[in-house]
Amino acid sequence: MTWVLDNLDLIGRLTVEHLRQSALPILLGLLVSVPAGWLAFRFRLTRGLLLTAVGLLYTIPSLALFALLPPLLGISFLSEVNLIIALTVYAVAIMTRFVADALGSVEPSVRQSAVAVGYGPWRRFWQVDLPLAGPVVLAGLRVTAVSTISLATVGILIGIDNLGYLFTNGYQRQIVAEVLAGVVAVVAVALLVDLLLVLVGRLLMPWTRRRAAT
Amino acid sequence: MIEFRSVTKTYPDGTVAVADFDLVVPPHRTTVLVGSSGSGKTTLLRMINRMVEPTSGTIEIDGTSVLDRDPVQLRRSIGYVLQNGGLLPHQRVIDNVTTVLRLTGTPKRAARERALEVLDVVGLDRSLAERYPSQLSGGQQQRVGVARALAADPNILLMDEPFGAVDPIVRAELQTETLRLQQELNKTVVFVTHDVDEAFLLGDQVVILQEGAHVAQIGSPSEIIENPASEFVASFIGVERGTRALHTKRTDRGTVLVDTAGRTQGVLVEGTA
Repeated sequence: MTWVLDNLDLIGRLTVEHLRQSALPILLGLLVSVPAGWLAFRFRLTRGLLLTAVGLLYTIPSLALFALLPPLLGISFLSEVNLIIALTVYAVAIMTRFVADALGSVEPSVRQSAVAVGYGPWRRFWQVDLPLAGPVVLAGLRVTAVSTISLATVGILIGIDNLGYLFTNGYQRQIVAEVLAGVVAVVAVALLVDLLLVLVGRLLMPWTRRRAAT
Repeated sequence: MIEFRSVTKTYPDGTVAVADFDLVVPPHRTTVLVGSSGSGKTTLLRMINRMVEPTSGTIEIDGTSVLDRDPVQLRRSIGYVLQNGGLLPHQRVIDNVTTVLRLTGTPKRAARERALEVLDVVGLDRSLAERYPSQLSGGQQQRVGVARALAADPNILLMDEPFGAVDPIVRAELQTETLRLQQELNKTVVFVTHDVDEAFLLGDQVVILQEGAHVAQIGSPSEIIENPASEFVASFIGVERGTRALHTKRTDRGTVLVDTAGRTQGVLVEGTA
């Protein structure tokens, strides 16, 4: 406990770093998976290809991905960019299937009705399909967020400081409190982000809340 | 006026939904397409606003083929009412009603004003405007659906089994309301239903369809009941049963009409209606 109290500023600094390094892949993952998920939802051919591809992506071990990305993209092995791209790859791997399923969850009768009253395809996607897919997309985003935040700790292995530092440093110096503090901090960050996502979801999708109220 | 000319619709799997169909839908009247499922009635309706494209033949609105018009623009110019109202669940009532106005770029305030007016027209309280569809009853949702279709003041109104999913009391109420609205607004209405009674109640012109949108009979309700064109029509509209097969029965106070179940349905009043 004393170790934690003595190092609160270190834990605080690493937590902020950790949040920053996870937030970007989560957002990028969402951005990439919306068009990818749409492609998987819309065409049978791309559905098989894309969902198999992203399924395989997720099976690549993170350390292998750290080693593979630098030569492919011409970035440095020991760089934050490497970590963020790797985490984005995993985020896309999870989110694409969620987005495809989310779009598939929209009632065909509602989509028909939107067509009938004169929504063009582009408007319909943004104003009808995507909002109505929102609850399932949000569910996917919550899984992605928690997974990304937990996975980000491996960044320490390629020299990127975040909460993962508490694991390696605590292990090397045999300070159990430090390792435990790392675990607690990661869980706290994950819960905080999850809560934030739920709140943002309520704000953006007020109709889901109202339904529960009636 | 809407005109179907030798319209055929064949699906890729070989199903013939509509075979060589001709029909003139007169303006400012209600035409009801009635038939059981598989009669192609909904397919016909959806060909008017190009939600379904004919395999061959043409559909013309006031002399212009719908195929020459941009489908999205065409749909915005035609009111469409679906079963359950077909409302967008994530939009408030007011936003559902202003949909077409927003899509066509009407300024927000004007659209809102117009939407509130239309809510009055369909008999909905303005206080419901800020609700979500799930917070309304089935009948109210259906009225919102009608309001949405009327908001942009289209000449043509397509109604696709709109009252199929509400309970009988609400359905009767909505049917009466539809008659009242039509008297006020004089739209060209094409109404699809599988309910013969609904067809006869609402239709100026009733089209009875058999499988493959084969026309069994076209006429006013009276013409069809008085002179069914075939065995199929007679049995479909039930001239030999229920409340359409009436016998006279003399009583002390005059002649009454009795249905096949023996229930008295009305009093015979001499003279022309």
